[in-house]
Amino acid sequence: MRLLAEHLAAAWDLGPLGRELLSAGLILLTAVVVFAVALLVAALLTWLERRVAGRVQSRIGPNRVGPFGLLQWLADGLKMILKEDVVPAAADRPLFLLAPYPVMIGVFAAFATVPFSQLLIAADLDVGALYLLAITSLVVVGILMAGWGSNNKWSLLGGIRSAAQIVAYEVPAALAVLSVVVMAGTLSMQSIIAAQGGWPWEWFLLRTPFGLVAFFIYFTAAVAEGNRTPFDLPEAESELVAGYNTEYSGIRFGGFFLGEFANIYLMSAIATTLFFGGWQIPGVTPAEQAGSVGWQALGFLVFGAKAGVGCLVVILLRWTFPRLRVDQLTALCYRYLVPGAFLCLAGNAAWVMLVPRGSLLDRAAGYGTTALAGALALWFVLRLRHHMKSVGDRVDLDLLARGDTRAAFDPRQQARAYGRFRRRSGEAS
Amino acid sequence: MSAAREYFAAIRRAVVSLADGLSVTVSYLLRRPVTIQYPDRTARPVQSMLPERSRGLLEVDVDICTACGLCAKLCPIDCIVVETGKDAAGARLHTRMDVDLGRCMFCGLCVEGCPTGAIRHSNEFEGGMARVENLVVSFLDAPRPPAKPPKKGEEPPAKPRGSIIRGRLPGAWAPAGANAKPPATPGGAA
Repeated sequence: MRLLAEHLAAAWDLGPLGRELLSAGLILLTAVVVFAVALLVAALLTWLERRVAGRVQSRIGPNRVGPFGLLQWLADGLKMILKEDVVPAAADRPLFLLAPYPVMIGVFAAFATVPFSQLLIAADLDVGALYLLAITSLVVVGILMAGWGSNNKWSLLGGIRSAAQIVAYEVPAALAVLSVVVMAGTLSMQSIIAAQGGWPWEWFLLRTPFGLVAFFIYFTAAVAEGNRTPFDLPEAESELVAGYNTEYSGIRFGGFFLGEFANIYLMSAIATTLFFGGWQIPGVTPAEQAGSVGWQALGFLVFGAKAGVGCLVVILLRWTFPRLRVDQLTALCYRYLVPGAFLCLAGNAAWVMLVPRGSLLDRAAGYGTTALAGALALWFVLRLRHHMKSVGDRVDLDLLARGDTRAAFDPRQQARAYGRFRRRSGEAS
Repeated sequence: MSAAREYFAAIRRAVVSLADGLSVTVSYLLRRPVTIQYPDRTARPVQSMLPERSRGLLEVDVDICTACGLCAKLCPIDCIVVETGKDAAGARLHTRMDVDLGRCMFCGLCVEGCPTGAIRHSNEFEGGMARVENLVVSFLDAPRPPAKPPKKGEEPPAKPRGSIIRGRLPGAWAPAGANAKPPATPGGAA
């Protein structure tokens, strides 16, 4: 950004006032672009969520609006804008009306430090990781405002639960981030990526065993902070109707909704940056990548792919796990995640102090952890295969299937498959 | 010591069971959905996919109906009306065979009791009507002598399933009274 500003200022031969105006204009432009990108990402994630949810439940999901239902979010957004924005008579009006904004600001402002590629970042702050932890805490203010301002028991309980949850889970999240910062020796997002490498064993995820644990701790804590299932106690339908969302309708509800979905991408992008080597391409050094447009584009795609897989996992978590109880939620944080995060921080700090970078032990740890992660992935694939075969089903990777005439229901085939499943499970027990 | 062992066993159990659960949902993500996209994206009409014994809208084949009235007596909610009369020569006449599909609860008692198999469930189910009175379906166009009961071992010719009701359901937006039965002919010949 600053480079571009100086370049333009020199080209247009501007005075001091002109330079100020130019940089102000560029900042405004960047803000608009970042907001638009975040909105688009959130909108597309709502589509992905519904398609994945459909497939997980043997349904198809939205497939009528646009190709593969890709434009469903436009229809949904239009519906939300056209709906009436109801404010309860007994609500604390200013608080109620303002509540969606801190939620959206907290999430969308964090997009400013997401390094989409080596050059494509709105603001590479020196304190990037710290800024992320700080600005995403703004969300809890909005949720508390919504909970209090609605003047509704469900909303209030949801808001309070959310505040307790976010405050609790910020501790392990921050510690897990810190254990990476210790390894990188910097808080800037771009420098953290540059400190890693393109190959998996050069990522902070796999360079030490502590990184692997820290990633799982960060991911769990991030899902909990985003109020996603299985940590969606603040908006638990079966207990609190919709929690702090209960009284919201129309575009104000849309604000909370988009904030939640943008947050999914945000947590995946942060995990990609901190643990998965960001835009690094295997075999290409950051210096080589900086000079080539082709490598830049590939780096952009690499980052997008890694973050996309992260989003997919977050979505799958929602459709797999049941919701935790409040006591289980707190126990998970304080009994398991916080001690684990402290252990990872201490382990990584000791590693940086005691093991020289690039030494035999350092490299052996990287390869060893990678092998361990590979073994876990293999186990997962074998379980997957087992679950497919146990009902005599086949892989159908036609993920975008429009589900047209081919999926004709054959009750006899279903009955046969079910009988096979029962015989097999009978043998096993 | 056992507390520590329990602590780490809990972590291991959580990781293994969560990952296994995730692999189940991912396996469903990779399978083909079973959704039937009724009504416009099925390989063949949904009517033809229904099981043989599915209970669709009732239909009556008046060509084999003996007008015994057993179905009307069996119906728990009296949605079937069977009426008989006499012609000039004093022979029995089947004068009315109405089924109010709007009240039918698809219990199937009439079908079980019918001695000739004249009343049966079709595979038709799309009975949406703008006017509920159009759901009273009249299966008899004009009075006619009832069919003779079949002799032992004789199987009356069966019309294709659903062919009778399909011709008698008015369109969903048909005007009121589209199904009104023809004027009764008290005691008169057809």
